[in-house]
Amino acid sequence: MLEVAGVGKRFGGLTAVEDASLHVREGEIAALIGPNGAGKTTLFGIVAGFVAADRGSVRFAGEEILGLKPHVLARRGLVRTFQLVEPFAGLSVRENIAVGCQLRQPRRAAALAEAAAVAGRVGMSELIDRPVSALTIAGLKRLELARALATQPRLLLLDEVMAGLNPAEIAEMVPLIRAIREAGVTLLLTEHVMQAVISLAERVYVLNDGRIIAEGPPARIVADERVVEAYLGHGAAGRWPRRLGEGGAHA
Amino acid sequence: MKTPAIAAAAPLLALAALPLLLHSDFWLHFAIMTLYLALLGQAWNLLGGYGGQRSFGHAAFFGTGAYAAALLQLDFAINPWACMVLAGGFGAGAGAFLGALSFRYGLRGSYFALVTLAFAEVFRIVADSVPFTGAGVGLQIALKESVADFQFPEKSGFYAVILALTAIATALAWWIENSRFGAALVAVRENEDAARALGIDVDRTKLWAITLSGALSGCAGSFYVQYFLYLDPRIAYGVEVSVTALLVPLIGGVGTVLGPLVGALALRALNEASSALTGGAPGLNLVLYGALLIVILALLPDGLISLGTRLRRAGRLRALGRA
Amino acid sequence: MLDFDILLPAILNGLSTGAVYALVALGLTLIYGVLHIVNFAHGSLLMLALYGVYFLYTLLGVDPFAALPVVVPAMFALGYALQRTVIATASHGREENILLVTLGLSIIIDNLALYLWSADTRTINPSYGFSTVDFGVAFIAVPKVVSFAGALVATGLLWLLIRRSDLGKAIRALARERRGAELVGVDVDHVYAMSFGIGIACVGAAACLLLPSYYVHPGVGESFVVIAFTVVVLGGMGSFAGALLGGFIIGVTESLGGLLLGENLGRIGVFAIFIAILLLRPTGLFGQRA
Repeated sequence: MLEVAGVGKRFGGLTAVEDASLHVREGEIAALIGPNGAGKTTLFGIVAGFVAADRGSVRFAGEEILGLKPHVLARRGLVRTFQLVEPFAGLSVRENIAVGCQLRQPRRAAALAEAAAVAGRVGMSELIDRPVSALTIAGLKRLELARALATQPRLLLLDEVMAGLNPAEIAEMVPLIRAIREAGVTLLLTEHVMQAVISLAERVYVLNDGRIIAEGPPARIVADERVVEAYLGHGAAGRWPRRLGEGGAHA
Repeated sequence: MKTPAIAAAAPLLALAALPLLLHSDFWLHFAIMTLYLALLGQAWNLLGGYGGQRSFGHAAFFGTGAYAAALLQLDFAINPWACMVLAGGFGAGAGAFLGALSFRYGLRGSYFALVTLAFAEVFRIVADSVPFTGAGVGLQIALKESVADFQFPEKSGFYAVILALTAIATALAWWIENSRFGAALVAVRENEDAARALGIDVDRTKLWAITLSGALSGCAGSFYVQYFLYLDPRIAYGVEVSVTALLVPLIGGVGTVLGPLVGALALRALNEASSALTGGAPGLNLVLYGALLIVILALLPDGLISLGTRLRRAGRLRALGRA
Repeated sequence: MLDFDILLPAILNGLSTGAVYALVALGLTLIYGVLHIVNFAHGSLLMLALYGVYFLYTLLGVDPFAALPVVVPAMFALGYALQRTVIATASHGREENILLVTLGLSIIIDNLALYLWSADTRTINPSYGFSTVDFGVAFIAVPKVVSFAGALVATGLLWLLIRRSDLGKAIRALARERRGAELVGVDVDHVYAMSFGIGIACVGAAACLLLPSYYVHPGVGESFVVIAFTVVVLGGMGSFAGALLGGFIIGVTESLGGLLLGENLGRIGVFAIFIAILLLRPTGLFGQRA
């Protein structure tokens, strides 16, 4: 469904992304991981249309989308969430979600009603008419998810959706994301929270210094020497115990 | 805070009955000027309040509409009523022009405010230098006092027109609050990136807002010309119009339907009071405007309309303290 | 097309005015760089300072250049007080409101001046007003030469202050990273107010240097605001060198524009540059932030 090929981006003298390629199959949950500064956000931004790439190609459902604006991509079914959740202040949860619904539902009243249904899917029904200022971080994350879902996406890009959540909240979020996939949405996540990656992802890409250095199922990735080195430094692979993948370690 | 249709319509319906009660020219003039300010304020509020794009140069749209109305009837003998409609069109055009330039280049916040200010000044200088617009001397419309020429022997005629215009502008604001376009506009105001990610064409939304805002401003400009029968570059494009346009909604309540109405009343009342106190000394009026702006920002940044909510909240807190 | 004999003095005069513009712009860019405030009241404060210099001359016989030690500290104090009391409190720190507060201030100052001193244009006629200095290729009026030199000296002093003094270090730290500066013990409110004060002090100095070869009336503030902003935006918000270079460019442009098109339309040239920069290259020549 998503094919990223040879994407590169430089900011002045700094190469943020270099020859990055990945693909996500329809109905799959894929994850993009890597240490801070690896270029995950930039790559995400390129795919979602927020950052212009210097070279490469991005194909969505068979069509080239590199260079298209975010709102065009959203209409085609490619939607992203933001790591730093900023809801539409001053509005209620329902009104926030309704903005997403509006993409497919031109009538305002119907959009507001649909918003309630979407809120139910992420478990926010009781909060539907509260102002967004009353939400906790976990609530904001769910709102972000709901807003994106409201647009009826085919591919959802989740930008560190687990960031800022405590283990209990993470444990609640994981089945939620799985349910979204069950409903027919393809997912690409960037994540730091390894527990979530291992639980959810079928395929993991590792980005380091702007390059994809590894690809594969989570269990294999976590044990991969190059990945360990990328996260923990040169020579760490030899010193670190082999059983990293078991028990869901937090990175 | 959504305004129910009744709350939006009621004041206007009440105002419609006003001329039946008021017969003094003084009070009718007061009412006319208040509604005129409200119109200007609604225009600014569309772009600045709901859209969050705060322009410091709304005179650019107002003045363009005013000059269009004046010149079309003076030089091209077009019926003044038609001129109002055309003035709205010219105002819209000025809005679209400025919007296309500014938004396409991603100007926001202070930069957007600056560029609107700059454009208003450029227009003023051009109007001041070019004989076509009467240069510094300005333009005068002949007194005709015939309804066909959009002049009324009685003030109540003007009152009816400005009431209708303001009612339309208020209805537009109400529609925005309840429409898909309005929801998109507010989303753009709050968080452009999030809005884009949800499929909203941010540039197009802003462009529509500034065009509508410009159209209303242009109409206000043409009304001014018909009522006062005189126009010059300073009146059309000067800072006073731009500041008034933003002051009215700010005092009343930005981003609300009734805010501009409340703000217009407050400002007009202040105007009258200060004129009475100072005897109309030059400049003092605006000093008061400036001071009022700062005071409102300091004490009631959400405008007079939020006074009710604030007092209630303060009352509730006090009750909690006592309990 | 035009005679070199006419163009050269116009350019030199433009450089002199430009130096003063640069000084005004330096104040504005400092205020923006540190406080991230677009100070709409900058032109009005310049106008106020010009009136101050004017009255010192007409009522007390103090020569404008000699008035520097009085006007500069006075304007500094005014700036400090304004930031500390009015701007910081009224805006509650919200950026969009700071803009409006400075706009409000400019309206108050402009119209208070109109009310107190009427719209008449006022000039002074110092004894050296018409003497000129012979530069070989052109004759330039003494006041203009002095203001050019004075502006450069003031700029140099400002640079030394920012680069070498402890206050300057605090200011630069605050401009770069507010949290960090707070953590190392910088009194943020005080340094903010100091920066604003210094910015307005620049305006005071500029007024002293400007009046002998210029004029004052209540509307002067409005025209200066745009010129100052044009210089700052051209040079790049927050850039010292940019304000200097920008000042010269705008000064010369205005001078030549006025020569070729007349003062009114020449002014449009400056606006045109302003709008063009905002649209095409908002970071300006040397600026970092957009």
